[in-house]
Amino acid sequence: MPHIDVDKTLPGIRSLMAFRPETAKPLSALAEILLRDTEGLSPAERELIGTYVSYLNDCFYCHHSHGEIAVCYLDGDRDLVEAVRHNYKEAPISEKLKSLLQIAGKVQKSGKSVTPEDIENARQHGATDRDIHDTVLIAAAFCLFNRYVDGLASIAPQDLSTYPERARQIVEHGYGSHIYSKQAESPKPKA
Amino acid sequence: MAYIKVEEGIPGIRSLFKFSPETGKPLCDLAEVLLRGPSPLSSSERELIAAFVSNRNNCMFCMNSHAAAARFLFDEDKQVVDDLLKNQTADSLSPKMKALLWIAGKVQSNGKSVTPEDIENARKEGANDTDIHDTVLIAASFSMFNRYVDGLDSYTPANEEDYLEMGKRMGQKGYHI
Repeated sequence: MPHIDVDKTLPGIRSLMAFRPETAKPLSALAEILLRDTEGLSPAERELIGTYVSYLNDCFYCHHSHGEIAVCYLDGDRDLVEAVRHNYKEAPISEKLKSLLQIAGKVQKSGKSVTPEDIENARQHGATDRDIHDTVLIAAAFCLFNRYVDGLASIAPQDLSTYPERARQIVEHGYGSHIYSKQAESPKPKA
Repeated sequence: MAYIKVEEGIPGIRSLFKFSPETGKPLCDLAEVLLRGPSPLSSSERELIAAFVSNRNNCMFCMNSHAAAARFLFDEDKQVVDDLLKNQTADSLSPKMKALLWIAGKVQSNGKSVTPEDIENARKEGANDTDIHDTVLIAASFSMFNRYVDGLDSYTPANEEDYLEMGKRMGQKGYHI
């Protein structure tokens, strides 16, 4: 049961955004620029960072929904997403992404736990200032999203078969207001 | 020295906004609506929640700047800020604010640790759904801002006095870039 009176037909953060559209607007704008920008990190890499941090924060709704979005970007490669969640160090991903996931994992605990050695390691594997900035901000932003979703006990659908359709909506239409509007389950295509 | 190449001498999150204005825009919009927009909580109360969470996250830049903004906005009642942050006492605050700060503290450690009893307790002291929503989202947002500022090791002025002007500006002008 959510802690506040939200629309119970909407899952997770969508119900909270519908409850408070004033704050939903900058939150969805932040998600859009952070997770769908194609400069530097790819959208798939960005979603993998978000999934990993949400998994560390044990946020069921966020790690499953962003995991499914990553699966979409990775042409259905669910095994890769699972590997990143559980043990990214052994996952078939670039050394650069591994070094960034290490930084993201530090940020999940505390900003202060990121060391100059973590940054140097990422640089040695080809990470730019922009990559490092975006990784830290994505990890920090999921520390917000996860706490928002769980702190208000919003509904996390337990049936995992409901996640892929919402993931496709995001991949096709982004993080706009359609995700928390009444038509959220059947968005109109972009004009 | 910050971990990435930002402009020297600009403190904390402002140097990061300058490095990345694309993300700076929604972050400032979020701070503005969350701390200054319409809410049953006053701006001073919301700044106090922000400073309280930043203090628990040991983020000195956010704690000092939002404490300064809270002191400016509380004006003659500014002692409540130092009572809470330095003397660890909430005795001068309303029972409702105490109950909301309790929830904010839970959110700072982990969203899941907020219990139905915490919510019930806040409701008994007069908090409504929007008070609770805004408290949780402020605490969650500062769990982001604090990590952003410290995760990139951005420049943090050392003394409380260095934040006086900043707090006044935040109090008067808010968070528009």
